[in-house]
Amino acid sequence: MAFTNTEKNFKSASPRTFVGNYKSPAFIDKFFHVITAVSSFLIIAIIVGIFFVLLKESIPAISQFGFIKFIFSTNWDPVRELFGAGVPLFGTLVTTIIALCFSIPLSIGVAIFVTELAPEKIRGFIGGAIELLAAIPSIIYGMWGLFTLAPIMANYVEPFLQNSLGMLPVFNILFRGTPIGIDLFTAGIVLGIMIIPFSASIARDSILLTPQILKESTYALGTTHWEVIKDVILPYSKYGIFGGIVISLGRALGETMAVAFVLGNKNKLPTSLFDATTTVTVKLANEFTEADKDLYLSSLFYLVLLLFLMSFVILAISKYFLFKSKKAHT
Amino acid sequence: MKGLGYRKFKNHFFASLCTVMTLCGLFLLAFILIDIIIHGIKGVNIELFLKDPAPPGVEGGGLRNAFIGHLLITIFAVLLGVPAGILGGTYLAEYGRNNPIAKFIGVFADIMVSVPAIVIGTFVYAIVVKPFGHFSGFAGSLALAIIMFPIVLRTTENMLSLIPWSLREAAFALGAPYYKVILQVVYRGARAGILTGVLLSLARVIGEAAPLLFTSFNNNFFSTDMKKPIASLTVTIFQYATGPYDIWHNQAWAAAFAITITILIITLTARYIIKGTHK
Amino acid sequence: MKVLKFYLIAVMVFFGFSLAKAEETLNGAGATFPYPLYSSWAYQYNKETGVKLNYQSIGSGGGVRQITSRTVDFGASDDALKLEEIEKNKLLQWPQVIGGIVLVVNIPGIKSEQLVLDSNTVCKIFLGDIKKWNDSRIKALNKSLNLPDNDITIVYRSDGSGTTAVFTHYLAETCKEFKEKVGEGKSVNWPVGIGGKGNEGVANYVKRTPYSIGYVEFAYAKQNNLAYTLLVNASGNIVKPDLKSFSEAAKYGDYNPEKHFYTWVTNVKSKGAWPITAATHILVAREKVDVNKKVVKFFDWAFSKKGDKLAEDLIYAPLPDSLKNKVREYWRKNGIY
Repeated sequence: MAFTNTEKNFKSASPRTFVGNYKSPAFIDKFFHVITAVSSFLIIAIIVGIFFVLLKESIPAISQFGFIKFIFSTNWDPVRELFGAGVPLFGTLVTTIIALCFSIPLSIGVAIFVTELAPEKIRGFIGGAIELLAAIPSIIYGMWGLFTLAPIMANYVEPFLQNSLGMLPVFNILFRGTPIGIDLFTAGIVLGIMIIPFSASIARDSILLTPQILKESTYALGTTHWEVIKDVILPYSKYGIFGGIVISLGRALGETMAVAFVLGNKNKLPTSLFDATTTVTVKLANEFTEADKDLYLSSLFYLVLLLFLMSFVILAISKYFLFKSKKAHT
Repeated sequence: MKGLGYRKFKNHFFASLCTVMTLCGLFLLAFILIDIIIHGIKGVNIELFLKDPAPPGVEGGGLRNAFIGHLLITIFAVLLGVPAGILGGTYLAEYGRNNPIAKFIGVFADIMVSVPAIVIGTFVYAIVVKPFGHFSGFAGSLALAIIMFPIVLRTTENMLSLIPWSLREAAFALGAPYYKVILQVVYRGARAGILTGVLLSLARVIGEAAPLLFTSFNNNFFSTDMKKPIASLTVTIFQYATGPYDIWHNQAWAAAFAITITILIITLTARYIIKGTHK
Repeated sequence: MKVLKFYLIAVMVFFGFSLAKAEETLNGAGATFPYPLYSSWAYQYNKETGVKLNYQSIGSGGGVRQITSRTVDFGASDDALKLEEIEKNKLLQWPQVIGGIVLVVNIPGIKSEQLVLDSNTVCKIFLGDIKKWNDSRIKALNKSLNLPDNDITIVYRSDGSGTTAVFTHYLAETCKEFKEKVGEGKSVNWPVGIGGKGNEGVANYVKRTPYSIGYVEFAYAKQNNLAYTLLVNASGNIVKPDLKSFSEAAKYGDYNPEKHFYTWVTNVKSKGAWPITAATHILVAREKVDVNKKVVKFFDWAFSKKGDKLAEDLIYAPLPDSLKNKVREYWRKNGIY
């Protein structure tokens, strides 16, 4: 540009012209500056506020149960006022892992298909269609899970798994129990379907950033399409793909409605994939409005605090991956 | 060196695998949508919108209270969350552009976007419902507004940053104060993007149930009083779908159908608007 | 500028719209046990008086919690609060109607009133001791029935439930092993099974899970065509759940207004008594006199012949007249009648 670029060291300085207005432009400008600044600082205020409010409400439970004891205890006895986060945390962990096992292959497959394999004309359409999965609200996933998926799981999929893979050594423990469809497995699958679009779209964006020249020089060496994908594109975009997966993990962690219908809210460690259990979010949804003793409510707030901190950590990890992916591209 | 035939086979195999994965994804999408449509259409009739719920086990009745309640809650959430988000995003992209704190706020905004909705529900319960002593539609709106706020803020910031600096310089050269530049030049250029951000955040909160469970609670009767518990479609779906009555199930499906159609329309509209600006 | 004006007008319009004085609304929450009845009463009362009684069935635990924190106008609980708790939280409590808890089963081919169980078999089933339907102990009570060789799936309440409190009280009374291993209360550590939310959730799970058993208030069994069982009561008789057997059991309660009507009527030793009967109670905050007067007006209307008829239609037994008058006296003494 011929003019000096004022972008970097621009200071908001408005002309002091008094064109018959009572409020000078300088005043309105200051005013606007202030309200926009306040609006954005609200973000910090809310996050800090959430943390401190949750902390304050959890203090009775924290002082009663401590940290390590609370996390590993599988008690949840409102009558004897003994509470522990062991079962819900375990349930959250396992449902998330099952969801990831289901969604990662699907979303990477979709991302590769949409960026490399699909004919030009339908790429946008398919990408958009997969993203529609994200538009469906989670409560509807839950309903669909309860009314449609659970009976299919109970009547076809789970007995099939029990009679086939269930005969093998490790799988016979994973698949034991009466298949009623209201269990860990169904919940994990519903969750998995829900988070596909999150990792798929970020994986796709990441793959698209692979420089054309890298791909072309590899083709010049005589590689097949798949070898280019496997040895050039995927390694190049791996940080971005990881970042997307971690984001979908964070989404799965905090999901309530999709699993609340099909998990059964049972406060016991699950004995198999076909057993009911509970997660932090499902326990909250079921018991929050009715915790009748202070320690009970405080323990629930403690669970919320743990969930908040977990999503914090997960986000930090995903940001780390996305940051490394950005660095790799400069 | 592996044989060419083997490599070609691997190529076809993995390509087919990816295609199969995509077909699975599309199949699941179609399966869920068709299921919603089939079950939902059965329950949709004019009574659903005009009548209030009948006692459990009694035939008839509708979800008028839930539709109106949900509408009110959402409108207030938009009135609260969207202006705050737009203004905040404006700060990050304009006045605060060279301020290091802007990046800090941006990170916090991303954190807020990934906070589970139920956490926000319990937060609003602790700061609004408990002190005031009762559930209210306003508390529900606040929870939804908090969810919308960072989404609108981030998209506004991104959209405003896309406007080239030279446009602003030109306006300054004409003697305009910064706020006028923002209002009349930058906003005008980015308005499609900002609208898209608003629509997407709206699509996100319309389907939320968890944050409303402990804030706006529920109400079996028609009400427009936001100071008290009020019905909402999503909480009603939760109650009806987990209940035993067939009438409830039908109405839950119909409500789910209504919400899904609305969200799909909003999402597709947002995408159409964005496409329009990239011509 | 135009946007700003539009925004301010929108805010004012919706604000005004939503603050408009609605008709009288009373907000209550609590037990799912009487929900079908309170809903029916509220519907009728609204037709007659225009007053809206918004009752949310979130479980007895929820009812107690919400009225204790004064976030609702009245709470409802099957599990009566003891004197100390009522005094500590400055509440008032009275029984409103009698209902019975039944065991519902989903066994293909078995209809209502066919299966017979007693306290021992129910106890062992819910402890996970009896695992299959054709267990010899169940067969012993049902010699003429063809019971399948399938695993029993237990459905219990996942939320804080007065129904659970009454049911576990019955089991703890009659079965020492249950009392030691599980105990009684609104929320206990069930050894086996899956949890449904509310009477509605339990009914829903039983309905869609073959070979399952759950415990629900009778109205839920009736309204959803779930097969319920007969029980052997404390006198050794096989009884079926109906208005007569519920009322019979209810006669034996010690309804003392000084103790705010705290009593149990489970496992009553009388020929025709249903063993898992309970009164369900209303709780109000002592200091909210004006609100309580309106709440009492509704529940007094429910004590009328019209209210009784609606209750009997859903197989809830109205309180005997003597008890109703005791309750009215209690209201009078506390200045809300």
